[in-house]
Amino acid sequence: MKTSGYLDMDLLRFTTAGSVDDGKSTLIGRLLYDSKSIFEDQYEAIKATSEKRGEEYVNLALLTDGLRAEREQGITIDVAYRYFATPKRKFIIADTPGHIQYTRNMVTGASTANAAIILIDARKGVIEQTMRHTYIASLLRIPHVIVCINKMDLVEFKEDVFEKIKKAYEAFASKLEITDVHFLPISALKGDNVVDPSKNMNWYQGATLMYLLENLHIANDQNHSDARFPVQYVIRPMTSEHHDYRGYAGRIAGGVFKKGDAITVLPSGFTSKIKSIDVLEGQLDEAFSPMSVTLTLEDEIDISRGDMIVKTDNQPETTQDIELMICWLADKKLQVNGKYALKHASKDVRCVVKDIQYKINIHTLEKNEEDKSIGLNDIARITLRTTAPIAIDKYSQNRNTGSLILIDEATNVTVGAGMIV
Amino acid sequence: MKNYTLTHLKELESESIYVLRELAAQFEKPALLFSGGKDSIVCFHLARKAFAPAKIPFPLVHIDTGHNFEETIIFRDELAKKYGAALIVGSVQQSIDEGRAIEEKGFNASRNVLQTITLLETIEKYKFDALIGGARRDEEKARAKERFFSHRDEFGQWDPKNQRPELWNIFNGKKAVGEHFRVFPISNWTEMDVWQYILQEKIEIPSIYYTHERECFIRDGVIYAHAQVIPLKPNEKVEKMQVRFRTIGDMSCTGAVLSKANSLEEIVEEVAATRITERGSRIDDKRSDAAMEDRKKTGYF
Ligand SMILES: Nc1nc2c(ncn2[C@@H]2O[C@H](COP(=O)(O)OP(=O)(O)O)[C@@H](O)[C@H]2O)c(=O)[nH]1
Repeated sequence: MKTSGYLDMDLLRFTTAGSVDDGKSTLIGRLLYDSKSIFEDQYEAIKATSEKRGEEYVNLALLTDGLRAEREQGITIDVAYRYFATPKRKFIIADTPGHIQYTRNMVTGASTANAAIILIDARKGVIEQTMRHTYIASLLRIPHVIVCINKMDLVEFKEDVFEKIKKAYEAFASKLEITDVHFLPISALKGDNVVDPSKNMNWYQGATLMYLLENLHIANDQNHSDARFPVQYVIRPMTSEHHDYRGYAGRIAGGVFKKGDAITVLPSGFTSKIKSIDVLEGQLDEAFSPMSVTLTLEDEIDISRGDMIVKTDNQPETTQDIELMICWLADKKLQVNGKYALKHASKDVRCVVKDIQYKINIHTLEKNEEDKSIGLNDIARITLRTTAPIAIDKYSQNRNTGSLILIDEATNVTVGAGMIV
Repeated sequence: MKNYTLTHLKELESESIYVLRELAAQFEKPALLFSGGKDSIVCFHLARKAFAPAKIPFPLVHIDTGHNFEETIIFRDELAKKYGAALIVGSVQQSIDEGRAIEEKGFNASRNVLQTITLLETIEKYKFDALIGGARRDEEKARAKERFFSHRDEFGQWDPKNQRPELWNIFNGKKAVGEHFRVFPISNWTEMDVWQYILQEKIEIPSIYYTHERECFIRDGVIYAHAQVIPLKPNEKVEKMQVRFRTIGDMSCTGAVLSKANSLEEIVEEVAATRITERGSRIDDKRSDAAMEDRKKTGYF
């Protein structure tokens, strides 16, 4: 990579999903290896391990092998992050394993992803887990879904196998909120259509996986229409040079802010104008999501962490009653009338669970209004009431201001991931 | 419509600043663990950006093994002075002198393991409730699952099976009395990102990252700086070599690379062409495949 090249690279975060043995580790290993993101010493280490195990080829899946306990048990148990780059893009992979804790892990990995790779074994076709993964991708509003039909070498690279799986997938995915879907026939083991075009599937004229990842259009993945600025921290230098300086530090959670914009502070409703948008190097005329900046205002008003600065002509709802989809992350069940700590953007409040409307049957994706027992890995629609009003957007409008987490007040553990509807 | 996208470096920078501000808001007594290496220097630079025009609202903490490169110590002191940052030094030598740590013996003796003792003592003494580290997830297998906000129990231990899930960018820093957190703002950066950023921002780094002539010797294929703290074996020969360091740590466990890279541009090009991980030149990780994981569990960074 030339030093001059990196200045116009951008960043794509994606997650990978597949059931055990669909070839996920092999695929990630191949992406890392073929993009030359593997160092010689890493390669030598997995080569030695492969030989020790008596495997006939270097097992690329070993590259993404995690912690010792998992190594010993031969499984992965959590979300692991991997990195590679091409001259066009830097990539962050949230690698989530497929087994019991799956929903919790995939939701975690999906929460920050621009794209999801869903693996299907060409011999098995669309199975229950494929639907589950796709449902989670749609629930978490991952903007791009790439369905990789893997192990094409084991079905003689046949086009009709690919087409049949594609049709079956489209049939159920059309009912979900997924906008941008791509289908690719690949062999992670042999490398077909991963980085290099396959010589075995002339009938496929589309992009390779790497080309697709490099060229997905991600500029619109962020919300650039509804300006939202959760205040993280108030900067008051109190030095002689900056005697009266009072800056509101935060990361723009949506939209664009410009110097001079009329703003409202929520939940108080105070109004003012943006005096300056500051960064260490100086002042900016405008700033957009996801930039971290510091705003100063024309008027001295009382603002603290947890408040949200928005443009006066475009305000979110400020409320204490919240409807949401929740993914439960803990063994201890969700309690109706239970009280939890709630974090939303930079705001901390408490809340009480008012009602559970239904639970999603993760096998059939149907709503179950009878069974209201919400435990680990369950997904449900619920209603909360908070102790103080908070400024919210729908998750479908903004993943930053539409998401929240619930925390068990006794153990301080994060127990729920919520998406506001 | 305008194209509102950021470069990968800008997006990483913004994420790290966000993490640092969350830390400052959620903890009462945080500190930045500063080793003098490039990763902690980048963290320091990001902290300046996060809180400007105010000063960084937490001190730098350096755990000094007593076997550091002199250049690193000089750099550390000048940096703290230039930006008016508070500096706290925890001394491994003192832990040894006062009998709380026992020096390893033999040719491959290292004070790296002892750092953990001094670190935990320093946390205790100053009652820090969160320590910022410059660790990156790409460095090593065991780190790939590390959180931005990493919970440690009252013994400073890390339980890889019992970490809180981290969703979106909502960080849960709630804790019981006596527990603390490690916070890793540059989790998502790779070695290449760090170097590109240093180049883009023209960040000053210690001179030993650049090529220089130094008395070195070779042991088990690793180039070591010749220094009093690393006794030579009878067959080992000291030679003048043109080297630089890719990472900076304790002298007894930091290997040099032969290099002529004399500018940041040249370093970035060299890093891009190198086929060996930077930890490949760190001896402490080679002791066993799971070495890092073991040290993390007991409170090492
Ligand atoms: N023939 C063939 N085997 C594959 C392919 N991809 C993966 N495999 C094999 O399938 C098994 C499971 O792969 P792995 O990557 O460990 O699956 P994971 O559980 O999804 O991570 C291994 O034996 C792989 O070698 C492929 O494209 N073709």
